[in-house]
Amino acid sequence: MLNRNDILQTQDMIDKRHLDIRTITMGISLLDCCDPDLSVCCAKIYKKITTCAKDLVKVGEDIEREFGIPIVNKRISVTPISIVAGSCDTDSYVEIARTLDAAAATCGVNFIGGFSALVQKGATTGDWKLIRSIPQAMAATERVCASVNVGSTKAGINMDAVAEMGRIIKKTAELTADNQGLGCAKVVVFANAVEDNPFMAGAFHGVGEPECVLNVGVSGPGVVYHALQGIKGQPFDVVAETIKKTAFQITRMGQLVGMEASRRLGIPFGIVDLSLAPTPAVGDSVARILEEMGLEICGTHGTTAALALLNDAVKKGGVMASNHVGGLSGAFIPVSEDEGMIAAAESGTLVLDKLEAMTCVCSVGLDMIAVPGDTSAATISAIIADEAAIGMVNSKTTAVRIIPAPGMGVGDRVEMGGLLGSAPVMPVHEPASEAFIARGGRIPAPLQSLKN
Amino acid sequence: MKAIVTVVGKDRVGIIAGVCTALANYNVNVLDISQTVMQGYFTMMMAAEVSMCNVPLGELVTGMEKIGKEMGLSIRVQREDIFEAMHRI
Repeated sequence: MLNRNDILQTQDMIDKRHLDIRTITMGISLLDCCDPDLSVCCAKIYKKITTCAKDLVKVGEDIEREFGIPIVNKRISVTPISIVAGSCDTDSYVEIARTLDAAAATCGVNFIGGFSALVQKGATTGDWKLIRSIPQAMAATERVCASVNVGSTKAGINMDAVAEMGRIIKKTAELTADNQGLGCAKVVVFANAVEDNPFMAGAFHGVGEPECVLNVGVSGPGVVYHALQGIKGQPFDVVAETIKKTAFQITRMGQLVGMEASRRLGIPFGIVDLSLAPTPAVGDSVARILEEMGLEICGTHGTTAALALLNDAVKKGGVMASNHVGGLSGAFIPVSEDEGMIAAAESGTLVLDKLEAMTCVCSVGLDMIAVPGDTSAATISAIIADEAAIGMVNSKTTAVRIIPAPGMGVGDRVEMGGLLGSAPVMPVHEPASEAFIARGGRIPAPLQSLKN
Repeated sequence: MKAIVTVVGKDRVGIIAGVCTALANYNVNVLDISQTVMQGYFTMMMAAEVSMCNVPLGELVTGMEKIGKEMGLSIRVQREDIFEAMHRI
């Protein structure tokens, strides 16, 4: 029989340390739904999603009960809609967003990702249509998530798309001003976006993926935090080792649940995303892990080094625990979704510039950050460009999910509710970046040698 | 398929009897029991064979949970795989 301490430890992690499976995400290819007639295309999309994912939520709930571990989210990602809708005879893809929303509601999932375009080197007519449909689509739907990939290590950064995304984000905030700009929480701008990401809002089902696949995202900042509390004052070698062991355990859980879910759904198992995804709940924070390493407040000097260690150790521990690793795989630092980050931002210690530095060493980027409502589109574009440059040069995924909260200023707080949490409005630099963004064109891909 | 049954509650007469009877009614065979009483609190772990269970596993989980509430105990049934995955390589 199993050791009773092992059993108690697992139950303790679930009961008291917020151990859970953050998401099981079904990726569905919509490539066979293309049609010149928009309404036919929408009907095919609805049918395909509601057929493939009809049992997703039920299977998730069954597994939760049988294993006794919460699966917080069941979600769907689809082929980037700019590709699927490219041949549609229409100027706006809002109707497709509505279809995705309805399909997600029918399946009982809370988010569906893939209202996306990949424009790192250039945008097709369909890509531009999709991008320009984003504000209205986000206002008209509840569950649809949009993402746009504007740069990559191989292609460089599409600055025309970066400039447009600044305006799109502003417009999205305006159209969802009744909800404090909530629409922007569902829009991600990527560099080096991945095709098998199970996490929202950036999930989409890449064209290199199979017909239908199941990806899993694990969580467990609370478990790591608790493990570190037991080794106060010990050297970093011990810290890294402890995180690795904990990450191994968390990831094994994800692997087990993913295999079981894919078997029951009769679809291939894709990947486990080795991520530490926080929630706004007390005791489930990445910031508190960094503070446990010896920092008074997250964001002070030393934070980047602490995060680098954490991110690397999580991956090293997780890699051995799963047979296929993918997605974003790293520690997330979404400000609004992390109780410790919120506190650090409100204290003024954690600022945008420090967050930007932190994104150099972790997944993903400037995530769930509220800035003053009067921040210009060009400034938002410039923030995106900076973040994309970090991703491009370091061959990693970076992203920006930013909320220019309408009518709000520094000191206010955007309340989004649920897992999205609440974001203190953070200051941005006043001097303008207008002329920089107005140039447009493309920043060339960086050299991959002479690395310094 | 094996499951781990964890029972926690204030110690009193008849806990093991009650839990085992309930499991027997579900046609679940108890393979191993380990139990201890610490500061008046009863903690028991059982390994049980649930392949022949007369209801789907999910129903067994909620059924035992309900019986536990009636007996003033916490009864949790979980598939053994979860512990194996976490603690064995």
